[in-house]
Amino acid sequence: MTPGARKSALRCAQRLTDARAICPDLTVAPLDAEHDARQLRELALWSRRWCPWTALDPPDALLLDVTGAAHLSGGEAAMLDDMARRFSGLGHAARIALAPTLGAAWALSHHGRQRIVIAHSGNVAAMLAPLGVASLRLDPDMVLLLERLGLKTVGALAAVPRLPLARRFAREAVDSNPLTRLDQAMGRLEEPVAALVADPPPRIVRRLTEPVAHLPILTALIVEMAEALCCALELGQRGARAIRVDHFRVDGGTQTVAAETAQATRDPKHIVRLIAERLAGLDAGFGFDAVVMTAVRHENMAIAQSHLIDGAAEGAGLSRLIDRLSAKLGHRSVRRPAAAQSYIPERSIAWQSALSPSPAKTSSTSRQQRPIRLLDRPEEISVLYATPAGAPRRFIWRKLPHIIAKLEGPERIAPEWWRERSTARLRDYYRVEDEAGRRYWLYREGIDGDGRGGLPRWYLHGLFA
Amino acid sequence: MPRSHIIAGSEASLAAIPHGEEYRGGRPLPTPAKPTLSEIFSGNGRDACGVGFALSQARSDAPLLWVQDRMSLLETGRPFAAAINRDFIHVETRDARAALWAMEEGLRCPELGAVVGEIWGNPAALDFTATRRLAVAAEAHGVQAFLILFACLPNLSGARMRWRVESRPSLAHPYDDRAPGAPVWSLDLFRARGAPPGLWEAAGEADRLDLLPALRDQKLPSAEAPRRTA
Repeated sequence: MTPGARKSALRCAQRLTDARAICPDLTVAPLDAEHDARQLRELALWSRRWCPWTALDPPDALLLDVTGAAHLSGGEAAMLDDMARRFSGLGHAARIALAPTLGAAWALSHHGRQRIVIAHSGNVAAMLAPLGVASLRLDPDMVLLLERLGLKTVGALAAVPRLPLARRFAREAVDSNPLTRLDQAMGRLEEPVAALVADPPPRIVRRLTEPVAHLPILTALIVEMAEALCCALELGQRGARAIRVDHFRVDGGTQTVAAETAQATRDPKHIVRLIAERLAGLDAGFGFDAVVMTAVRHENMAIAQSHLIDGAAEGAGLSRLIDRLSAKLGHRSVRRPAAAQSYIPERSIAWQSALSPSPAKTSSTSRQQRPIRLLDRPEEISVLYATPAGAPRRFIWRKLPHIIAKLEGPERIAPEWWRERSTARLRDYYRVEDEAGRRYWLYREGIDGDGRGGLPRWYLHGLFA
Repeated sequence: MPRSHIIAGSEASLAAIPHGEEYRGGRPLPTPAKPTLSEIFSGNGRDACGVGFALSQARSDAPLLWVQDRMSLLETGRPFAAAINRDFIHVETRDARAALWAMEEGLRCPELGAVVGEIWGNPAALDFTATRRLAVAAEAHGVQAFLILFACLPNLSGARMRWRVESRPSLAHPYDDRAPGAPVWSLDLFRARGAPPGLWEAAGEADRLDLLPALRDQKLPSAEAPRRTA
């Protein structure tokens, strides 16, 4: 209801025909509660721009815990101004109240006189006193009862001695007990509220009556939990990419097993295989009394049936192999080469985990032949040459001499000045073959007299097939 | 050229070694009827000829699984993708036992083109049982397996084909007589199931393997030239 409508004496819960009779040019929009709820949720997440903790207060309010966050927006007053401006930018006429307690903030924002209010612990009682008892979030029956008792304002209610009040409303539920609500508003009683979680990950919790320390029992539990998790994932048409299993020890501390997958999966058998292998490495102590399985990362995965008979989907075998290898050997050990933008041979290949999506095809940028093997660290060799800038004649690698029979080069690869120090030296690569026919990739680092060090040194960098 | 190989633990093949000319080439390289495990003894690890030969024998275009144990990675380096025109997944393992486990896992995945494993030395984990497991897995799932062994003595093994590969002086470069040309390998099949052993020389071109005529033992004159001036 807009302020204009309120001015023409329209009321809430009035019949539309009556309202049209009072105000013939009334604009009516149907209520779409579902859409409003969705919008409110979006707004709750959007309001995390001011503070990390936000929660919904349906149907039309948001709760923000700005403790310790106001200074980031330049103080409380500036932050509230910013909120008002941004919400009006979105087309919402927001009423904003900042108070030490949730109850007080709710009362001031819903029933206060001003659009923007700031209350402090010193003046919150005084600010709440003139407001009606409805501002204490009581249900309408209780509000009616209190008004009949003559307790029309919060101030009047607060003036009544506690003991008779507690005795009078002892039977009331927490939500409609005026004393509880008053204490909550005044900060004498804690009021826990759960923050809005954007996208809670599917999670299966099992609390055990007896601590478990034996592997077979734990494995059976994991199997059962994996099935439950996959059911939960299937409901949301999601597939897990990373799974974490936390085991809570009865004597304190947790033990965690985590596994990642290359492709979204919802197959309990596969998840069990990834996890079960590593259960034996856990330190159970006196046993685990709770186990939690969480799909930490998950992504869309439509329900698909590829075979009439139960069977693995096409193309799933390779990603499962990668999962198994990564789970056992660590994801740093299972990698794919990807092309990187560099001329320096060892930097031209960026190894990335095989769990990440497969990279663009690596193709050689150079027409020159490249060795089939590259040593991680070029090995220094002692080389005999005719002139320092000339081709090598023989070299000693790993204590054995190699006499060079054939040779091609040099191929000069200059240092990448945009990422290396100014003292980096160029490399002259030679493709050489020794008398036995073994082929190597050697390079001379720098040339004599380039002013970046003494005599150039030689390295063996790769092996040809 | 006298044969000086010592073949351990394969009395059947010892009896079957033919001496003389029929041993040396003259017939196409035997290819197994179905994918199986081949062992490739690649010398003392000072060159990568075994790797080149394994790649030339891996025929499928599907991705490879390339398993290396820690020692072979340190001693002979990492596969350099700029020279390998294939899609592959590289696995490095702490020891030979883990490498053999990873290979066996890979062989169970029919979407792979081949599994290449590299092991350095003669670790205890590399025994008859382990190699036979690989051979059975390769045959059961139809995935080629190549076990490249560096600095390793040929002990008892379940591999169906056992090769000894060494580098030979390369072919002449088409445009530069001082440069190394296409690599040449001597391929010594010293034990095979269903095929007589033999010795070949082959030149590895970009995508194919060309068998060279036998008795190409003497060095090319161009190979001698730089040494004389040295």
